[in-house]
Amino acid sequence: MRLAGHDLRCVRAGREVFAGLDFEVSAGEAVAVVGANGAGKTSLLRLIAGLITLAGGTIALDGGDTELNVAEHAHYLGHRDALKPALTVTENLGFWAEFLGGVATGPAAALEAVGLGHAAQLPAGFLSAGQRRRLSIARLLTVKRPIWLLDEPTSALDAGSQKVFAGLMTAHLTGGGLIMAATHTPLGIEARELRIGGMACA
Amino acid sequence: MTALSSLIRRDIRIALRVGGGALIGVLFFLTVVVLMPFAIGPDLNLLARLGPAILWLGALLASLLTLDRLFMADHDDGSLDLILMSRTPLELTCAAKALAHWLAAGVPLVMATPVLGLLLNLDASATAAVALTLLVGTPALTFTGMIGAALAVTLQRGGLLLAVLVLPLSIPVLIFGVAASNAAIVEQGTMSFSTPFSILCAISLASLVIGPFAAAASLRHGMD
Repeated sequence: MRLAGHDLRCVRAGREVFAGLDFEVSAGEAVAVVGANGAGKTSLLRLIAGLITLAGGTIALDGGDTELNVAEHAHYLGHRDALKPALTVTENLGFWAEFLGGVATGPAAALEAVGLGHAAQLPAGFLSAGQRRRLSIARLLTVKRPIWLLDEPTSALDAGSQKVFAGLMTAHLTGGGLIMAATHTPLGIEARELRIGGMACA
Repeated sequence: MTALSSLIRRDIRIALRVGGGALIGVLFFLTVVVLMPFAIGPDLNLLARLGPAILWLGALLASLLTLDRLFMADHDDGSLDLILMSRTPLELTCAAKALAHWLAAGVPLVMATPVLGLLLNLDASATAAVALTLLVGTPALTFTGMIGAALAVTLQRGGLLLAVLVLPLSIPVLIFGVAASNAAIVEQGTMSFSTPFSILCAISLASLVIGPFAAAASLRHGMD
């Protein structure tokens, strides 16, 4: 499986964010999207996820299910965590597992994998920022999707959780998945760098 | 199918939990109708004549009140992104969300009608007629309102825009809903109950089809 973007152009609110961007990710590979604040890292991920319309260029996926588009192959982990504070941890995760369909490994196993097994019956509104992030990460595990689009996935995670997450990402890559992550901090896995908008520290 | 039923179950569960929107509508409906006899005065005949219109107005405003939560909550916490990316057709998802909203916020209005009918001096048959027209008419309010809710999300404006967009669409529902209720009450009326009631049913059925497609189109083209 190979995901490639060619000559991408992104326009937000009448302002060009980036243009002429090329990228390529193959199965088993991780790409870290880096760049200054506002360079368009999130925009690139949302373009791939189909949440922003392309102003130019093409995004192509080779080796996927031809019936499905790129977004339907992908998990998107954004700034906003798609959790309902009124529902418990299990209800939140169970809903997304069921709604996204696919082969579910079961919410309980995914919760154990991110170390939230003890909080399964707690309303999500009581979770800390790091725990919310871990619950979002658990969503990636319940339903298998080959492409992971991660927007600053390690923010709010403590050192231990970052290590656990790195392990989960490695497992995903060895299982033939591919990862694109916008990040400011090292991901903890081997990743190729894709720089947007010149030097980050300019 | 599992995806849609789990979405319906989730939305109803959220609406019924503490902080959910289901009971806000009923409470508003209750407030409007309970205050009405005090404002109009103890003229029982007048109350009975105005009763259906008051109940319908209360129900319409109550259902508008909770409609802006339909997509806004999912938009604010990022759920809408995942819904747009999912393999379930967006039209079906919209229909499921509207159905859940109607079950959680519309059905309680219909169930409250018999109690509130007592306050407006409506007899049993009149109350039954109003409840029946509300049962048939409130889905139309939800499904046309959903178009406004989707537009309000994509245009990033709140409830004000929703009211402006949705009110014109809900006027036909109000007209035929009240007309059918009145026709059932006033025996010597020139219009039969079934004429406006059939038109009300037709509006509801049309909105069940048009609403999801219009809302899905609005969400799909308006995301940014």
